[in-house]
Amino acid sequence: MPIDVIAIRGLTFSYQGNEALKDVTFAITAGDYVGVVGPNGSGKSTLVRCILGLNRVDRGEITLFGVHLETFGDWHRIGYLPQGLQYFNPNFPATVEEIVRLGRLSRKRFPRRFDGDDRGAVNRSLELMGIDAIRRKLVGELSGGLLQRVLLARALVNEPDLLILDEPTTALDPDTRESFYATLKDLNVRKGTTIVLVTHDSATVGLYASRLLYLDKRIIFYGTFPEFCASADMTGIFGHQGQHLICRRH
Amino acid sequence: MSISDILQFAFLQRALLAGTLIAVLCSVLGVFLVLRRLSLIGDGLAHVTFGSVALALLFRLQSVYTSIAAIPVVLLSAVGILKIAEKARLYGDAAIGIVSSLGIAGGIMLASLAGGFNVDLFSYLFGSILAISREELLLTFALFVVVILSVALLYHDLFAITFDEQLAATSGIRVGLINNILVLLTALTVVLAMKVVGIMLISALLILPAVTALQLARGFRTAIFLSVTLGIVSVAGGIFVSFLLNLPTGATIIIVNFLLFVVASLLKKVRT
Repeated sequence: MPIDVIAIRGLTFSYQGNEALKDVTFAITAGDYVGVVGPNGSGKSTLVRCILGLNRVDRGEITLFGVHLETFGDWHRIGYLPQGLQYFNPNFPATVEEIVRLGRLSRKRFPRRFDGDDRGAVNRSLELMGIDAIRRKLVGELSGGLLQRVLLARALVNEPDLLILDEPTTALDPDTRESFYATLKDLNVRKGTTIVLVTHDSATVGLYASRLLYLDKRIIFYGTFPEFCASADMTGIFGHQGQHLICRRH
Repeated sequence: MSISDILQFAFLQRALLAGTLIAVLCSVLGVFLVLRRLSLIGDGLAHVTFGSVALALLFRLQSVYTSIAAIPVVLLSAVGILKIAEKARLYGDAAIGIVSSLGIAGGIMLASLAGGFNVDLFSYLFGSILAISREELLLTFALFVVVILSVALLYHDLFAITFDEQLAATSGIRVGLINNILVLLTALTVVLAMKVVGIMLISALLILPAVTALQLARGFRTAIFLSVTLGIVSVAGGIFVSFLLNLPTGATIIIVNFLLFVVASLLKKVRT
């Protein structure tokens, strides 16, 4: 029986007195590809930050691979691609290779040191993302699309069981976006990587995800695509045409 | 007078040795601070040392004890900056401003109680590395070992939080703890650097070698090694030039640093 990779019960989170998430309960099982959609300010990124322990929740319980978030330590099992870097400095002097290698820190204990295994993992990840040729380039010299690939290579360097992506395609052109989504689908199908994809692009997520979670501070809908297509609630939100467009593409 | 003649002077040997150690510390920490937009923390903590120096001079402590007395005050202030920023939800620069002005205000009051600004206080304000004692050199060496060992052991953690805190946190790095350690190491370095370039110019020694290295470096490790090299060259060069031309040492070191920055910026322009 597949285990719950993420299980959330009664999650409530407020930011500066405003409730951003209210009584959120759901579970994601191994091998799922879940698209998280919802309007602007619906709490999608906040939910991701709560799952990763970057936001301290007010109420509720989060478990990752069956372990409570407070005591969870197997961070190498999770790859995370944020919406953007917090304070990205275009003059940051790190090479592509150095940034991808940072992902291996989650496997290390103090004092953290890299070895041959890490070099091999970095090489594989660079090759997988097709960025081996630019390994010595500075990250500040890359286009938005290439930087996103580098960050995805960093997220994949541990061959994680769970990949969490927050609006990963915002900086990508349409062609790169398609190839990016294809890479994710391949990881999901071939390696069984569980994927949580936060996106505002509801139509595209229909092409790839196996389940859809519609969030608007609380969960409005969570189910498979056939369930989504039959949901009267979702018709109310997307309209017949919008819902049909998503369902037709799936 | 040749360089070998100059190196016969024991006070110059001490100055070069202490200056080199401090240049290494400032240059290494500077890279992390500049990239984390914490450049001015050195300035803020230096102003706090002004208060503690004024207090030590009020009690007529010897020079080495003045530095030792400054250590707990500056460490507490460093923690204070982080706590104010966290608890009062202020930006880091506002928290630095509060603690820094408090240090200056306290220093002025204490200096006034001690009978006004005297030669000793000025030597801390503008640096007096040529007057560094054997005891101060030993203290510098001890703190150098502490800071360098800490940075070496935490290098990857520091690199990770400098690149992106949230990514570092999702790699299991305790971002708050590493931030605290970085600021505390900076506080120790500031105490040492006040003797080299003086309280007024400490932040320049933290910022300039790092910023200059960032013009040219193609890799994070390279940036640190380049920053260290530039820091050592500027301090040693500044000491020699100031000795030969009878100029104030601290100010000369900073001018040399600035010239190196100009050269690096021109090189970068040519390269691109």
